[in-house]
Amino acid sequence: MAGSSVSVDYADAMITTPIAAGDWLIVAPSLITMLGGALCLMLRKHTDLQPKLGITLLGVLVLASFALLVRVLDHGVITMVMGNWLPPFGIAVTADTLGATLTFIGSVVAFCAGVFGMKTVSNSGRRYGFYPFLLLLMTGVCGSFLTADIFNLYVWFEVLLISSYGLLILGNDRIQLDGAVKYGVLNLVGTNLFLIATGLLYGIFGTLNMADIAIKVAELENPASGTLATVAALYFLAFAMKAAAFPVNFWLPASYHTPNIVVSAVFAGLLTKVGVYALIRIFVLILPASLGYMADIFGLVAIVTLMTGALGALAQTEIRRLLGYLVIAGIGSMLAGVAVASNSEVATLAISGAIFYAVHSIIVMTALYMSAGIMNMMGGSYNLRKLGGLYQKSIAFAGVFLILAFAVSGLPPFSGFWPKIMLVDAAFKDDRFWLGAAILVSGFLTTLAMGRIWIFAFWRGGPEGTPDGKSVEVSGSSQSDLASGAIWLPLGILTALVVYFGIQPEWMIELSTQGASSVVDPLGYIRSVFGEQG
Amino acid sequence: MRTVIFRTIAPYLAALMVLFSIFVLLRGHNEPGGGFIGGLIAASALAIFGIACGVASVRRAIVFHPMGISGFGLFIGALAGVVSFFRGQAFMTSQWLIFDFFDVEVALSTPLVFDIGVYLVVVGAIGSIALALEERESD
Repeated sequence: MAGSSVSVDYADAMITTPIAAGDWLIVAPSLITMLGGALCLMLRKHTDLQPKLGITLLGVLVLASFALLVRVLDHGVITMVMGNWLPPFGIAVTADTLGATLTFIGSVVAFCAGVFGMKTVSNSGRRYGFYPFLLLLMTGVCGSFLTADIFNLYVWFEVLLISSYGLLILGNDRIQLDGAVKYGVLNLVGTNLFLIATGLLYGIFGTLNMADIAIKVAELENPASGTLATVAALYFLAFAMKAAAFPVNFWLPASYHTPNIVVSAVFAGLLTKVGVYALIRIFVLILPASLGYMADIFGLVAIVTLMTGALGALAQTEIRRLLGYLVIAGIGSMLAGVAVASNSEVATLAISGAIFYAVHSIIVMTALYMSAGIMNMMGGSYNLRKLGGLYQKSIAFAGVFLILAFAVSGLPPFSGFWPKIMLVDAAFKDDRFWLGAAILVSGFLTTLAMGRIWIFAFWRGGPEGTPDGKSVEVSGSSQSDLASGAIWLPLGILTALVVYFGIQPEWMIELSTQGASSVVDPLGYIRSVFGEQG
Repeated sequence: MRTVIFRTIAPYLAALMVLFSIFVLLRGHNEPGGGFIGGLIAASALAIFGIACGVASVRRAIVFHPMGISGFGLFIGALAGVVSFFRGQAFMTSQWLIFDFFDVEVALSTPLVFDIGVYLVVVGAIGSIALALEERESD
């Protein structure tokens, strides 16, 4: 330590070799958003400067996370240990293809939301801190995707949760506080379970480094022991809450329709997927034996979640609540992938399906919530009974909505089709016919739910009660904003991605297969954390 | 609450507490203390000053909005970790600058900057909550 004259051999405790400058890309996503969020916080009163600064920083984030993805594809898994301490004592931040892909897609979505927010977030929303919160939310999201330390994962969860509370109550409406209480209480319970499970895990293994735990779990004689089973069950419940899986899904439709539409869009795209990501990381990478005997529970939860989501969506007339249920249905599909991953023969296929589905769901759910916002601007309501005649108002928007509707239902040729094929294929190969059937039935019901929006909001001439063949003009809530590129550009980018991943799926299949193999076969991950001797 | 005794003593008490919080902040690296606990002490100084002399005078005294102070703390805290980039070391590796100043050894370091960042974040965040609560009470 400083000032001591004793000579110390630092090589016993610290990494002494220089770090390649490119490895700094691992911390870049969190660092850029943290510094940017702090800067935006200081300049909170300058409401006209906020969007410019925020969107620029989110643009830099997109570039940095793309550079990180490219570097991971070139160099394989890369690791940087904070403070140069040797792992497992230093906190390792590790980017594999899974983390880097999700970081990149998440950054693109955040950028789109930042642009969309230029019009939908008022000056008072900016003063309340929309851009700082959005940036700090991304700090937490990117940090979660890239950390290799389980307690650090908890910290990033807290960072993203606190920012999400801020975004949720932006504007302080009565209904927002009501939604925030439900969201807050459930997440509080969830993160506490997460913390308790982490404490137990540390008690068992004496380490928090995921790679180190993976090694120690693999060396256990009895990996199905009671204590470890408790830890696994607690993690499952905690992340299922975060991901809004049945039976802890009720908070999502109860809160996601309350905030500003762009906030709903970001939440629907990113937050639940962080929970699914954590499930994949914990169960496939470090607790595969626990996944083995919990697979049937995962499968059952997946089936019920798929059905709850799809049936709930059919029953709703509020578009935002309807979309909330579709988010839940998507979570069911990803859980199905995790359940099938217990069979090592199809694990890579199943997890790559889940990863691709997560990517697809991040993009398409954000785009759908943005479309709901545009429908409100055009038709003046989020209620299917009051909407109508939007097809006449904008044929192009109707087309975009139809693309997104096809994609979320899993119909070709859009992005939802391929991951569903992979997941159903994996489920059938694992002899889980009910799981495969549930994915297909849920997709069919989703098609019906989206068809209802399409028929009522777009094809019908006017609000409920308009006779066939007649058209009634509905007045929008903010027609003037519809001329702005800030509304159409983000929706365009996201729809283009949906179409691209549908028509050219090879790149994303390649990425998700690589990402899946890095968690299914963790050797590369462990080597990257501990150096070659690991 | 606003008795004469309290109003007379509060400014001195607040000043002492801020001074003590800085002392706690600076001794924090090798001994008990540090940015978090120092920040809490400083935030309670603001709270006491606010109860005695009104929130408006606290806001005038600290010049910047508490959330701005928080943001600045977060900014320098994160920036302190970046210094190691220029020496080819990992994020957050501590850098030390040790020199003698009139025969007293002074150790400046990035952990110190980080700790000052934590201190400011805590002062800003807790101070902002405390002032908001006190403001509501006086309505």
